Amino acid sequence: MKVWKYGDNINTDMLFPGKYTYTCSKPEEIKPHLLEDLDAEFSNNVQPGDILIVGKNFGCGSSREQPTVGLKFVGIEAIIGESFSRIFYRSAINQGLILIECPDAVKEYTKDMPVKIDYQKSIIFIGDKTFNFPKLPPEILAIRDAGGLLEYTRKKLQERGK
Amino acid sequence: MGKTFAQKILAKKSNLKNVEVGQIVTVHPDHLLMHDNTAAIISKISKDLKQYGIYDPNLPIIVLDHVVPASDEKTALNHKQIREFVKNYHIKNFFDIGNGICHQVVIEKGYALPSKLILGSDSHTCSYGALGAFSTGIDRTEASALLLTGETWLKVPHSIKIIFKGKLNHYVSAKDLILYIIGKIGADGANYASVEFHGDVHNLTIDDRITIANMGVEMGAKNAVFPVDDITLQYLSSIGGTGSDYEISWADDDAEYAEIIEIDLSQVPISVAVPHSVDAWKTIDEVEGIEIDQCFLGTCTNGRLSDLKIAAEILWGRKVSPNTRLLVLPASRKVFEDAIRLGYIDTLSKAGALILPTGCGPCLGAHQGVLAPGEKCISTANRNFKGRMGCNESEIYLASPAVVAASAIYGKITNPEKV
Repeated sequence: MKVWKYGDNINTDMLFPGKYTYTCSKPEEIKPHLLEDLDAEFSNNVQPGDILIVGKNFGCGSSREQPTVGLKFVGIEAIIGESFSRIFYRSAINQGLILIECPDAVKEYTKDMPVKIDYQKSIIFIGDKTFNFPKLPPEILAIRDAGGLLEYTRKKLQERGK
Repeated sequence: MGKTFAQKILAKKSNLKNVEVGQIVTVHPDHLLMHDNTAAIISKISKDLKQYGIYDPNLPIIVLDHVVPASDEKTALNHKQIREFVKNYHIKNFFDIGNGICHQVVIEKGYALPSKLILGSDSHTCSYGALGAFSTGIDRTEASALLLTGETWLKVPHSIKIIFKGKLNHYVSAKDLILYIIGKIGADGANYASVEFHGDVHNLTIDDRITIANMGVEMGAKNAVFPVDDITLQYLSSIGGTGSDYEISWADDDAEYAEIIEIDLSQVPISVAVPHSVDAWKTIDEVEGIEIDQCFLGTCTNGRLSDLKIAAEILWGRKVSPNTRLLVLPASRKVFEDAIRLGYIDTLSKAGALILPTGCGPCLGAHQGVLAPGEKCISTANRNFKGRMGCNESEIYLASPAVVAASAIYGKITNPEKV
């Protein structure tokens, strides 16, 4: 498991350049351009189970969803951030991608420290320190845990149809 | 304790008497805005649409504007699929290429009305706060779900009150004001908040208010809203709206705010945001003289008639410097036709400007006006992110239409007061 660390105000153009937004929509088309203008190493080397640790206002800018779709597709386990931009935060829930707002954990992390997350207890372990993070409200967790908003919506429509 | 605008609208839209900050409510928006990304949105749910149908064909407003006319086979296919969807599902609120930029069209066609709740798969959906609507951006997946169910959840945001005092000086525009505010509070200064504008808003025109609300998202705001006053009502009646189409709602005087910020409008200087973030604020004096390869006037932020007017006044009888190029992009067909009628297009073209078809054009770097490595652009758009205009080794400066027009004359960043 690798931790990818990035700074403050990382915008959606850096996560997925605007010039591709109307030509790449499928996860496999998104992957080669993921984080293209932020970190050229990322898309070739990211592995399922990797974690991102990011600064404040991560994902600011456009409402394009290729960043959240792409990060979910390549298997990012979670993104731990100081704070997230609103549309990005919402989009992550819609894709079933886990975001954790925990500024203290972000500040504690330095290169090569081991990071583990206990989702049941809402605790992040970094080195020998632990950090609690708030649980999402149940109605939002239900969307994320269904695997994303479309899966959740389909379930709801099926139930209504019965 | 009184209620904020956000509390009042979200209570109404969720059929609740009262809502508290942080509460999650289920809402049925009045409209869902989509653009060229409609192709991707409907492709996610093509089977579901066949099975369940569309929730309400009057919910979506679809405007083709992002890559228009199509730049290649893929974008042409997107447009074709959208036109077929519109036909098959009897979508009434459809505006094909050439009508304008979605946000300008939504406003001009009278969808952006006071107290309406409008969600859109575009981050600048927050523009409609200029007319007293609650509007905000969502992703494509959520737009897909809304097409099927007509409902979604919203968390009631905390609110920030910004109080304007006095008047802006000559050549200082709404763009300078919003760049100044974002510079002051930062690109996340209003993250998640509902921003309300209070005070001497009567000194700001509808065009001014649209520019300001449009950039609400650049400080992280969920929505950015102006009160409805005589200026709003006059505008709405000019586009054919009737008072029966909407209700008027505003915050109580004793509403609770997370933050209150006062801005003395007479102290706002001509402003520029330098690469590569919108909050990298400078006064014009700090950046004057930087050589510019491309000047861009237009977009949903600053492509309205008043923007073209000030540029035409500055460029009248003058020429664009041979060391730069000027692109002009009217925000809608209506703006374009009015600008032709009033002679602005003639003036700008004679000065050497290239007039582009109405749409999003160079702003997002997908086509038209893409920059080369090492080039600098001064733009009236809302974002100067690295790579935004199609090349990650170029630089974008954000400024008002007056600064862009003045800079075009000299090929370097120029204070319009000195022209």
